[in-house]
Amino acid sequence: METGLIAYGAYLPVRRLQREVAAQTHAWFNPGLKALARGERAIANWDEDAVTMALEAARNCLDGQDRAALRALWLASTSLPFRDRLNAGIVGDALVLDASVMALDVASSQRAGTTALMAALRGDGPALVVASDRRAAKAGSPQEMTYGDGAAAFLVGRGDLLARLVGAHSETVDFVDHYRGQDGEFDYAWEERWIRDEGHLKIAPRAITALLQATGTDAASIARFCYPAAGRGIGAGIARICGLPESALADTLQSGIGETGAAHPLLMLAHALESAEPGDRILVAGFGQGCDALLFQATDAVRARRAAGVAAQIGKGRADDNYARFVTLNGLLTVEHGIRAELDKGTALSNHWRNKDMTQRMTGGHCTACGTDQFPKARICVNPECGAVDTQRDEGFSHKIGKLNSFTADRLTYSPDPPAYYGMVEFASGGRLMCDFTDIDAADPPQVGMAMRMVFRVKDHDTRRGFRRYFWKAMPATREET
Amino acid sequence: MATGIRDKVAILGMGCSRFGERWEDSADDLMVEAFVEALADAGIEKHRIDAAWFGTGIEEQHVGKSAVPLSMALRLQNIPVTRVENYCASGTEAFRGAVYAVASGACDIALAQGVEKLKDTGYGGLPQRTRGTANDLYWPNVSAPGSFAQLASAYRAKHGIDAGDLKRAMAHISVKSHDNGARNPKAHLRKRISMDQVLDAPIVAEPLGLFDCCGVSDGSAAAIVTTPEIARSLGKTDLITVKALQLAVSSGTEAQHNSWDGSYFQTTRAAAARAYNEAGIDNPRNSVSLFEVHDCFSVTELVTMEDLFISPEGGAIRDVMDGFYDADGAVPCQIDGGLKCFGHPIGASGLRMIYEMYLQMQGRAGDRQRQKEPSIGLTHNLGGFPHQNVCSITIVGREGA
Repeated sequence: METGLIAYGAYLPVRRLQREVAAQTHAWFNPGLKALARGERAIANWDEDAVTMALEAARNCLDGQDRAALRALWLASTSLPFRDRLNAGIVGDALVLDASVMALDVASSQRAGTTALMAALRGDGPALVVASDRRAAKAGSPQEMTYGDGAAAFLVGRGDLLARLVGAHSETVDFVDHYRGQDGEFDYAWEERWIRDEGHLKIAPRAITALLQATGTDAASIARFCYPAAGRGIGAGIARICGLPESALADTLQSGIGETGAAHPLLMLAHALESAEPGDRILVAGFGQGCDALLFQATDAVRARRAAGVAAQIGKGRADDNYARFVTLNGLLTVEHGIRAELDKGTALSNHWRNKDMTQRMTGGHCTACGTDQFPKARICVNPECGAVDTQRDEGFSHKIGKLNSFTADRLTYSPDPPAYYGMVEFASGGRLMCDFTDIDAADPPQVGMAMRMVFRVKDHDTRRGFRRYFWKAMPATREET
Repeated sequence: MATGIRDKVAILGMGCSRFGERWEDSADDLMVEAFVEALADAGIEKHRIDAAWFGTGIEEQHVGKSAVPLSMALRLQNIPVTRVENYCASGTEAFRGAVYAVASGACDIALAQGVEKLKDTGYGGLPQRTRGTANDLYWPNVSAPGSFAQLASAYRAKHGIDAGDLKRAMAHISVKSHDNGARNPKAHLRKRISMDQVLDAPIVAEPLGLFDCCGVSDGSAAAIVTTPEIARSLGKTDLITVKALQLAVSSGTEAQHNSWDGSYFQTTRAAAARAYNEAGIDNPRNSVSLFEVHDCFSVTELVTMEDLFISPEGGAIRDVMDGFYDADGAVPCQIDGGLKCFGHPIGASGLRMIYEMYLQMQGRAGDRQRQKEPSIGLTHNLGGFPHQNVCSITIVGREGA
């Protein structure tokens, strides 16, 4: 049986930084940034990281899929929040995957996403591959303009494929176009023209040509070529060298999203699949200390379009011209947060473990005596008419749509991004909680009675100890999500 | 069958420090200030006090844990002293402990004292602190205004009330309390304010503006209680006795069960019903002469007047705008200025409210004295958040009333 792609998903943060404001801010120092000042880029909120974005892409991908069948979870990123703690383990836990699912972090290269995808396709069972990046960039750098934040996910394996794998080829070349050392916060990059001429235009064609030859594919038959390079003309140059049709060149999403690091080839592949026709040959490549090239052919199932896919998320972007907020939330500016912010956010790891299912999986309880769902799960049922002891089984809440009962926009309490929106969200099947909201649009504030859905976010950053704890937050649900 | 506390215990003496930003004074100074007044008012020697209860909420900001700080500040010589903490009901909890001890016969004379020294945090508002290691993992970083502000959104939704109408009623509450506080030398904020000032003030937590929020201050208050018989033997007449002491604590229903709509205080309704029963009050709107309720925020006061069964549900706005609760209205609420003007030194607030009742019933309230001396007064504290809280209600009154 053939292997290939069973489902895809993506996640793009809702805010879009207007590049013009960043370029204007730094024009006094580097007027050259003006060349990159067109369009906008996706920017993560303060409570998002590679793990939370990966989870949202995974949820988007697994919608309607059987999570119990999964055998492996691959998380690819160059901006993982933990250097020694399995980041994929957090994603798997929030997805409530079984402990027997193998989980692996793939890191250290912009190629991590495509290599993980390739490795998973060679695996022995259904696997989820998620690539996610929130790369740091110095204020006023070209990277700040061209990078974007986002994630993409693929369910791969055998069975009902929407695209079958035709073949894959990987070349490893220690070409150092940029790097980040062990203690480096930011990428150190060499000249773009050299990277283009000696890197992309020499290494990528070798991998692509090898793949086309190995699979006996005519370059002219490629319907879509996904090459995730921000630099103008790079993808077109490679296509020309390899004989790929000019019309096959996929949109790099540079104008509206930016380059999402290790996630970007997968994001472009997901985007290509959304508009693919059955039979289309789609070539995707990833560049970074070599090049991966994968060739897929769409099946009839590719016509089953996703409602909340990449294009839909691109369309839902919210323009943000607050550059001060962007640099503040990315720690690029030393800002006075006030004495209230000094509260120690230390986490007792034993306590964290004891409450892990509640916080990371959003597991609550279902009372088998009276049927009341409740959060958190408790020894004694909260229903005043019941009060039965030890009658609760696990009840997942993260997928439920709630109704907003009460809320506020708090300007007194400390929040990295004031005002702090929070309130009471109630679930129709039972259960409620007072919780943080996130990604609220101040121009379209919450209203009592509105539908809310739950998203996995950073609850607190413990800056003293380098820990971060995660929990679920509520945000307004769209009509199709309810 | 429990018979309740009605008329079993009398107030022998009370004291209250000036509330405010007492930069020069320590918590010990504040405690001594209130205690010296209470002891002189009671007209007894310190050694007659058999036991004491000490209420304080955020002890890590001032005196530290245990009852030792009170015992040392007042030099209480090895008598039993108990520290109590129950959110904003801490002061009333101290009173409850002392009153129950006297009623039980375990002691003849007992002291209840509360203190809070909140102005050593470096910022306005209540101290930001941990809510417990497990709660910190999932609770929002709620502030007091942020949690109480939510009453407004749920109340409006339930009763179909226009945002502007509610905002104006809330503003009237704050204007009224500032009018009262201006006449009280012990209040922290003593300036009158206008409706426009309230309505135009910056927002703290939507829809609460600056003047919808009570202040934070330093202060202490004390009560010395005994039996009516001992009080009379000490020469006291026209006794003020305790009519009811009730406490209601959330069980998690509001926070976790969908039977609560967020527009009212479930605990206040439970405590009020029991308190009126204990005090033998059938029609509180006609029987209670004065209220001191927990006006941490203007919207809290508004909703509370319904939960105390004084205004009909959804009808508090009308009573507020009619001036029913004004100092010259039918039943004044916060005639001393309330938390709004006293600020809220947590452990002291409940006792400060009883202190005002005690003064008013003795005709000792100075410029703000009610013409017809009140006979029944109700004080109310609400600690925590609307969705999980502690509510205390105390009713005091003239003996036999």
